[in-house]
Amino acid sequence: MCASNTGQAAVLRSALRKIGYAALVVLVVTFGVSLMLSLAPGSVAETILGENATPENVALLNKELGYDRPFIVQYLDWLSHAVRGDLGVSPITHLPVTEAILQRLPVTLELAVLALVLSLVIAVPLAIVSAARAGSALDRGISAATSVFLSVPAFVAGPVLIYFFAVQLRVFPALGWVPIEDGLGANLAAAFLPALAAALVEIAAFHRVLRADLIGTLREDFVAAARAKGLSPSYVMFRHAFRPSSFSLLTISALSLARLIGGTIIVETLFVLPGIGQLIANAVLQRDVVTVQGVVAFIAVTFVVVNMIVDVSYGLIDPRLRRAPAARKIARGRSRTVKPVQKKELTA
Amino acid sequence: MSEGLLLEVENLHAYIGSPRGVVKAVDGVSFTLGRGEALGIVGESGSGKSVMARAVMGLMPPRSGRTGTLRFDGRDLLGLGRKQLEQIWGTQIAMVFQDPGRSLSPVVRVERQLTEGMRRHLGVSKSEASSRALRLLNEVGVPDPERRLRAYPHELSGGMRQRVMIAVALACEPELLIADEPTTALDVTIQRQVLDLLRRIQRERRMSLMLISHDLHVVAGQTDRVAVMYAGRMAETGASRTVFDHPRHRYSNALLAATPSIEHVRHASLNVIPGALPSPTDPPEGCRFAARCTAATVECTTTQPPMAPIGIDHEVACFHPVHEKEGELVGR
Ligand SMILES: Nc1ncnc2c1ncn2[C@@H]1O[C@H](COP(=O)(O)OP(=O)(O)O)[C@@H](O)[C@H]1O
Ligand SMILES: [Mg+2]
Repeated sequence: MCASNTGQAAVLRSALRKIGYAALVVLVVTFGVSLMLSLAPGSVAETILGENATPENVALLNKELGYDRPFIVQYLDWLSHAVRGDLGVSPITHLPVTEAILQRLPVTLELAVLALVLSLVIAVPLAIVSAARAGSALDRGISAATSVFLSVPAFVAGPVLIYFFAVQLRVFPALGWVPIEDGLGANLAAAFLPALAAALVEIAAFHRVLRADLIGTLREDFVAAARAKGLSPSYVMFRHAFRPSSFSLLTISALSLARLIGGTIIVETLFVLPGIGQLIANAVLQRDVVTVQGVVAFIAVTFVVVNMIVDVSYGLIDPRLRRAPAARKIARGRSRTVKPVQKKELTA
Repeated sequence: MSEGLLLEVENLHAYIGSPRGVVKAVDGVSFTLGRGEALGIVGESGSGKSVMARAVMGLMPPRSGRTGTLRFDGRDLLGLGRKQLEQIWGTQIAMVFQDPGRSLSPVVRVERQLTEGMRRHLGVSKSEASSRALRLLNEVGVPDPERRLRAYPHELSGGMRQRVMIAVALACEPELLIADEPTTALDVTIQRQVLDLLRRIQRERRMSLMLISHDLHVVAGQTDRVAVMYAGRMAETGASRTVFDHPRHRYSNALLAATPSIEHVRHASLNVIPGALPSPTDPPEGCRFAARCTAATVECTTTQPPMAPIGIDHEVACFHPVHEKEGELVGR
């Protein structure tokens, strides 16, 4: 059809708007966090100098580190470096924050992706079974079981998993990290329990959202029409019902992924994993403002980038959303019914 | 005569469980449909036409039940399991739904929607299925069919979508096509074309057609016989011409008076008959139309009038049917 200039301009305009919006989000988040850190009592100087430091010495060191300047000056100074990828040097570890993040990123990234994959692998089949037998005892049982996972926090699930799999069954190591260079098998074994602990919480949400959307889709006429062709329920489920039902799942799994990349503090602390979560946890305890600021900026960027990727992938799921930027709003706002998007129609 | 019958429905009940109680959507319906015959089912919105169609198909919603007799080609449909029904769907009975915007999969190309049934039932190769799909699109009057095969439903106009839907239903050469308000969602100008197409195909293929509509005018011109349905029951059945020209049930009469013709009225508007459909969960005793009927007597509110012959191939369920002359006075 007419993939005209106006169409391309619209795509470009919407892309620019999205990038602008994303930049704004990152700006607001980093500004807010910096402000909160500057208002919080105590300072990194106190951590460095120890409990017996005189107020004069603390003030002197703060001045040296530049913390006596007005907040806005400090923030703009930080920002001007941050946009060039320089997140500053931690006054405590004397390590550049960017380097610290990159060092820990592989651990957290692997953990996050593994946790997401695990939760999807468990939640999607459960949701399909639930939706296909909505209201049955099986469906209610699955919903109840996943709710249990939801209500058990990671700091409870973690020790239970460690006890069961590491101590009793001895199939996985209890603590610590094995880098991928030391062998994929050992690496995955070390990552499995923490990933599972992080995944359990996600399963309930994934199950619930996909189940609800599938049930909605299964009521649609096109599912009845597909059944009326004599196609089996499972074929109809996978070929016709699953894809249009996966918008919300895609959205929330992306958010989960972003959150996991931001660091699953509890899980990393519990399993003693050298990831981003541990980095920020230590930094907060030591009032290492520079590191906290840097990690927060990284997390904010991760969120907006993942969100943009999700935005683009709606079109992969639903052909109606390709080449129609405005239509994506429908996808995002859509709950269960599939609304046809009026585009240029082929008329006869 | 029994060899001539394709579908025999006797005292069919189709109930659906709902939060408000059991919906008695179809509550004792009997009719027959001959081979190669076109039967119209008419009734205002909510009278149970769609549920009846789905009950015949066996495509009932969850928490629902059917009783009665349903014989298709001499086989008892109610006794069939899921696998056996899947063998029948598409190849013996096929269905076209009301809104083609909702009855085609939004994320699947037209080609696959046309071919997947053939691939399953007829065991044809992929390329054979594709060339059949092309011929089908030609048959239902879709221009430029090669391009339409690759299109997604949203890239087609409403009329084109319904033509595609009809092609999908015809793919495995069913003996009975159930079309549930196939034109209600379409523009008035397209409605006639789609109806003519259905009629043409029904004749060419010597297929049986069950054409459902809220508009007696639509159905009368396109079918051999009609059945007028009200609140889950049959009010009147007969040759289309007879029922259209001389409706004997007061509901049929009111239906004709309420919807002047297809060109003027798109949706069923029964403002002319005061009152509304009775509660589908707690229907009244006696004639279900009694509360809205000008000729109702005490007997009508206590006893259900049985379906009784009133002419040649003409039955009506009414204690006080319209006189033939009276019908002409009230007519259009
Ligand atoms: N899935 C369902 N669940 C509950 N009630 C239903 C369902 N489908 C239809 N009904 C009810 O059954 C009755 C008949 O509906 P329907 O067959 O759709 O009427 P028509 O097609 O003649 O407009 C209505 O009262 C309707 O509310
Ligand atoms: Mg209907």
